[in-house]
Amino acid sequence: MTTAADQPLEEQIAQWRAYLRRRQGLHGPDVEELEGHLRDQLAALTEAGLSGDEAFLVAVKRMGSLDALSLEFARAHSERLWKQLVVAPEGDESAKTSSAETLVVLGLAVAAALAVKVPALFGHPINPNDDLPLFYARNASLFAFPLLAVYFLWKRGSDVVSGLLLAVPFAAGAVFANVYPFRIPRSDTSLLTVLHLPMALWLAVGFAYVRSRWFADGGRMNFVRFSGELAIYYVLIALGGFVLILFTFMMFRAIDMNPDWIVAGWLIPCGAAGAVIIGSWLVEAKQSVIENMAPVLTRLFTPLFTVLLLAFLTTMAWTGSPINVKREVLIGFDLLLAVVVGLVLYAASARDPQAPPDFFDALQLLLVVSALVVDGVALAAIAARISEFGFTPNRVAALGENMILLVNLAWSAWFYARFLRHRGSFAALERWQIAYLPVYSVWAALVVVVFPPAFGYR
Amino acid sequence: MDMGKDLVAASATPLVLAILAEGDSYGYAIIKRVAELSGGHLQWTDGMLYPVLHRLERQGHVAAKWSASENARRRKYYRHTKDGRAHLAAQRQQWKAVDGTLRGIWMEACTV
Repeated sequence: MTTAADQPLEEQIAQWRAYLRRRQGLHGPDVEELEGHLRDQLAALTEAGLSGDEAFLVAVKRMGSLDALSLEFARAHSERLWKQLVVAPEGDESAKTSSAETLVVLGLAVAAALAVKVPALFGHPINPNDDLPLFYARNASLFAFPLLAVYFLWKRGSDVVSGLLLAVPFAAGAVFANVYPFRIPRSDTSLLTVLHLPMALWLAVGFAYVRSRWFADGGRMNFVRFSGELAIYYVLIALGGFVLILFTFMMFRAIDMNPDWIVAGWLIPCGAAGAVIIGSWLVEAKQSVIENMAPVLTRLFTPLFTVLLLAFLTTMAWTGSPINVKREVLIGFDLLLAVVVGLVLYAASARDPQAPPDFFDALQLLLVVSALVVDGVALAAIAARISEFGFTPNRVAALGENMILLVNLAWSAWFYARFLRHRGSFAALERWQIAYLPVYSVWAALVVVVFPPAFGYR
Repeated sequence: MDMGKDLVAASATPLVLAILAEGDSYGYAIIKRVAELSGGHLQWTDGMLYPVLHRLERQGHVAAKWSASENARRRKYYRHTKDGRAHLAAQRQQWKAVDGTLRGIWMEACTV
């Protein structure tokens, strides 16, 4: 179709296209759509008597400023903004120079590390020869999370009022973690507090992270992405820390010194708290380095978990052996469902909501449905156990979590099925997932606040 | 007549939905239709239509499909959805209210 006369024009269009492709907010199909528009415009203008060059100039001018255009595109597709993180239409990010941020982050990390040692001054020492006192486990999230919230408040330039409002959940968490007179230190309800308080307080961190954009498009999804990347960074930092500890032992033992007290008393607890802040900062600062890790892991493990669930169901159907309900089993099945919800959530966070259904979506549906079946079996076992031996805090907590995850997965399956049959959009599934997020934290808060008195602190 | 940026942006959603209510269409045709309907008063920068369309697609008000155009290039066609029709009806109510209010006050100004 390209004649000799069109040649220069085609070259100009190719240049324009290449220029457009370099824009971060614009993806391949968008460029194709815009190019189609440009060509329609060119055709109309040449028809009206303009030469190729003239028509090109007019058409490009009518398309508008590319800076403004790519910004609008990026806003319409906020998941792409993840690369530049909250490119902040507010534009206040650039004001905070990176050296100032480094200082703030280091200060907060040191503060988190020292916060861990404060209780030791008030009669809660960490003894390297004993187990870690449960006091520390119950309050673990209170050492790092408030400081993390401070970091986000500083970074997003929030005002004092919202800072004070955010202090309320942390203060409440501190009260409920410590005022209850648990009968024995390792009572069931006390252990439940250990597990659930971080889940409840993570929502408060989320509020600090997204600031006023909680109800805006993409705000919460960005927080989900942040949480996933932080988990990955945290594991990486923990691996490095583990190597550091091994060398500490090796080297000091070589000179006949025992480094137990420094490792168990300082290195591990302080490092664990400080790493939360450092990891968050790395996620914020080095987004482009690792941004695709969570989606890649999701792609990798979705098929594997699907196979595991199907193999489990087949084996159980074949041998007919029932689930033996013990405490670990209850928690294990809850964790399994949580992993499946996580896989669905991260697949959704990385997916282009406009893309048509593909094989991976069908696989996701298979994963969700098999998880639902496995969970149905587990629920029946838990229910039988409860009707036989009555309610205990653990069983009620496990049952509640199971129900919450079950509802989420059932609705997700419904949305996936609709989407695969072209009856609904993927955005509906995404909206459902992010709308459901607070439910987990609210339930966790219930477990922390209501369970101990309801079950007599046993 | 130079129209304010905010007003142009605010009217984009109902205008696009209303044009799609007439039948499925694509970007270039929508822009042409807007110019035609407004007698040239509503001048959109061509590119700005696309983020609006994509946002509407994300919100489920319109659905899009790539199909071949008459000159063998792929073209993205938009059609409105059930959601979109409901949204258009709601927008229409709101614009009517604005229109009625302004009309009321300007009619008063004329008669006094």
